[in-house]
Amino acid sequence: MTINVSMTVNGAQVSHDIEPRMLLVHFVRETLELTGTHWGCDTSNCGACVVRIDGQPVKSCTILAAMCDGHEVATVESLEVEGQLDPIQMGFHERHALQCGFCTPGMLMTTRALLDENPDPTDHEIRVAISGAICRCTGYKNIVSAVRWAAEHEAATANREG
Amino acid sequence: MATIENLPSPSAERPIGFGRLKRKEDARFIRGQGTYLDDIRLPGMVHGAILRSPYAHARVVSIDTSRALAHPNVAAVVTAKDLETLGLAWMPTISYDTQAVLAGDKVRFQGQEVAFVIATDEYSANDALQLIDVEYEPLPAIVNARKALDPDAPLIRDDKAGQHDNLASPTWEAGDEEATNRAFAEADTVVSRDIIYPRCHPAPLETCGIIADFNPQTGQLNIWNGNQAPHAHRTVYAHVAGLAEHMIRIRCSDIGGGFGNKVPVYPGYVCAIAGSIVAGVPVKWIENRTENLVSTGFARDYVMRAEMCSKDGKITGLRVDVIADHGAFDSTAQPTKFPAGFFHIVCGSYDLQASHVKVKAVYTNKAPGGVAYRCSFRITEAVYLVERMVDALALKMKADPIDLRMRSFIAPGQFPYETTTGWTYDSGNYAETMKVAMDIAGYDDLRREQREKRERGELMGIGVAFFTEGVGAGPRKHMDILGLAMNDGADLRVHPSGKAVVSISAQTQGQGHETTFAQIVAEELGIPPEDIEVRQGDTDKSPYGLGTYGSRSTPVSGAAVAVVSRKVRDKARLIAATMLETRPEDLAWEKGRWYVKGDPEKGAMIEDIAVRAYGGEPMPEGMEGGLDAQVIYDPPNLTYPYGAYIAVVDVDPDTAQVTVRRFIAVDDCGVRINPMIVDGQIHGGLAEGIGIALMELLSFDAEGNCLNSSFMDYLIPTALECPDFELGETVTPCPHHPLGAKGVGESPNVGSPPAIVNAVIDALYETHGVDHIDMPCTPARVWAAMQGRPEPPQ
Repeated sequence: MTINVSMTVNGAQVSHDIEPRMLLVHFVRETLELTGTHWGCDTSNCGACVVRIDGQPVKSCTILAAMCDGHEVATVESLEVEGQLDPIQMGFHERHALQCGFCTPGMLMTTRALLDENPDPTDHEIRVAISGAICRCTGYKNIVSAVRWAAEHEAATANREG
Repeated sequence: MATIENLPSPSAERPIGFGRLKRKEDARFIRGQGTYLDDIRLPGMVHGAILRSPYAHARVVSIDTSRALAHPNVAAVVTAKDLETLGLAWMPTISYDTQAVLAGDKVRFQGQEVAFVIATDEYSANDALQLIDVEYEPLPAIVNARKALDPDAPLIRDDKAGQHDNLASPTWEAGDEEATNRAFAEADTVVSRDIIYPRCHPAPLETCGIIADFNPQTGQLNIWNGNQAPHAHRTVYAHVAGLAEHMIRIRCSDIGGGFGNKVPVYPGYVCAIAGSIVAGVPVKWIENRTENLVSTGFARDYVMRAEMCSKDGKITGLRVDVIADHGAFDSTAQPTKFPAGFFHIVCGSYDLQASHVKVKAVYTNKAPGGVAYRCSFRITEAVYLVERMVDALALKMKADPIDLRMRSFIAPGQFPYETTTGWTYDSGNYAETMKVAMDIAGYDDLRREQREKRERGELMGIGVAFFTEGVGAGPRKHMDILGLAMNDGADLRVHPSGKAVVSISAQTQGQGHETTFAQIVAEELGIPPEDIEVRQGDTDKSPYGLGTYGSRSTPVSGAAVAVVSRKVRDKARLIAATMLETRPEDLAWEKGRWYVKGDPEKGAMIEDIAVRAYGGEPMPEGMEGGLDAQVIYDPPNLTYPYGAYIAVVDVDPDTAQVTVRRFIAVDDCGVRINPMIVDGQIHGGLAEGIGIALMELLSFDAEGNCLNSSFMDYLIPTALECPDFELGETVTPCPHHPLGAKGVGESPNVGSPPAIVNAVIDALYETHGVDHIDMPCTPARVWAAMQGRPEPPQ
């Protein structure tokens, strides 16, 4: 049995017939072949699969693709626009906030959502925001620093433009 | 001819050689463009799933696969019987034992592989697992290593001829028993402790898996598999499957962390290979998180009894007796036929009079392994033991734990230092490193703060650990894995454009090899690192070597890259002499060019030499064209990084929750190639150490059910459990490594657990009399200790 789901993914309309039980993470990775979103745990603990649904960071291993019918989904592939990296991507590179890179897409989507909500987070607010995501390599220190880098970079850009 | 002005100009942001160079590999990872195993799809690929045992110990009475085979999307179901016909029912382990690929006679741990389903898609393969009917006859299980040798213990390995008990090894020994007895007889203070280093798991964020693609027409077996030692895996597959080694190609693409978990060959790999041989199509198998935690390489699980003594205020003797729990099959990672890492380092950083150490391994009904979780072959257990014992001794002596260490350190003038277990530490200045850590911590102020807090009823602890590690296994005179020397290769080719490709046998799992190894070539040849491509992880395109674990990338592979670069530089000198019409001995080197001594304006840059090497003009007499070289590096000794760690913890008096408020880590890993990457490695290892000390545990009930089989129960630190780490450094170059580097990856994981546990005890000893606690220091266990009821972790 299949059902039809239609949604916007990274700004493009998609429509597919899928098994009703298909998880969003598999829909994104297998059906749409957007493999930047990763899978790490099955139990919503690790955060490697975080995407944004209507702007909210959501663990895509814990939601059915069918539940996203009619909604807007954004994955890590949406961050770079016309060859311009998002400041959060630049921050992760500048501050060595990734090693194996497996948690990175989820971390990027989680912290991008944080900065959209709170453009000037404290270190503790950053730690709280990423506490649903596991990084096994970095010990988080440089991730906190990267988010601060992005926040400061965005503020500087806003000042110049304002 | 090039002049000095043409040399590429380095800067702090863009060093040509060592320095804080930002990573090359980031470009793909920050875009979600990494290629991890599950991102790879091949035409016609099918999916495997494994049926696992619900019992820890049971006889397999029957397996009925007919309902699963009737599933429309199922292509095959493989059981032990099918593997027997292929000769693949059992496979060798890396510790000279055997392991069932699929259980035929018995299951020996919960989660053991029983059947392998191949279906068109992952969902169908997992559906079909529910359709396999297995009848088991449960047997009593052994989960406690101390009970494995009881006379009435059920025999786990009845498959092995001549095995009449659950001993998995002889009793290994090191040191001098008589001399140790004398040291203890002469001592003025003696302490003893039972110390458990509990079972934990590396749990990389990407689980293990494989894609196997056998072509029956050509006999070629292509494997994609994120593993830490692709060349060694290929050799093992050649032996296990009887395939020609040169017809097997293993490609490791990006790996989402390893930490030792991706060293072994797992039954799922063999099943996928067998499945592809039988089905004639590519087979992908990727384990889920529960499978990763319950069946693949765990770490530690050492039950230790130790005594330490002192005389005149200085540590003098150590006695250790260990039972090592190796699980149902002995696949512990060892570069020798004894626990080399443990014996190496168990004397710690101290100038002992004598020591004597015994280790024996037992079988239990738990998952096989004993992999090195960011560790060199049981070094972590040894460091934990000795650093806990030093603190226990300090408590009894009423001495400051740093003072006791300072009085007992091996002095700088004693290096190279032969330990009482017979290994030679290369270099060190321990007291200096300890002082740097004390300065960063503000040690005296912390002690003052602790006294004030105690008066207010607050529980604060300061814990110290000083570790010495032996990494970079290892010299072929001492070490091998399955008879394979632990050497690593490097091939370097400078192209006519002056840009270069270096191929290495080490395999990154996130350590940044593409950047660091390019920096080594850049340092040696003056070619900008962005013009150097590092190739790894493809057995057809890289030299033979044993891979990345035990902090061996920089000590072994890094040395190979330095040596091969120098070979190219030597060849370049001869070519430059011809170009400059002078003798090679009249040339001097500066980064990027050979020039004439006494006439520095007259020189040849490496890129001009490369043009000459491939061009039409004459080469030096008898020399082949091209500018390339290859080496296989055999390390003359291990390298011995060390460090001083100080943890500051707060214990909530009402909930017993332990918080690591500060963590100071001063590492001496010799020369640092990329300090940014070194710092990152230390941060990551410290987080894992916090996990092990406070949260991470694989525990079992009496029936052998694993109680920590998902990230709901196997707790990994998040950003909220980790403090803002404070790092420092000292640099004592390794005397025998061509770059003076020592390796660092595992140091923080090795050094941090004892610092944290020592801090917890320091917080609770004076007020609650707690002088021992086993990891992990969960609120429940700390609370029990505060009430005078310490509980062991199993």
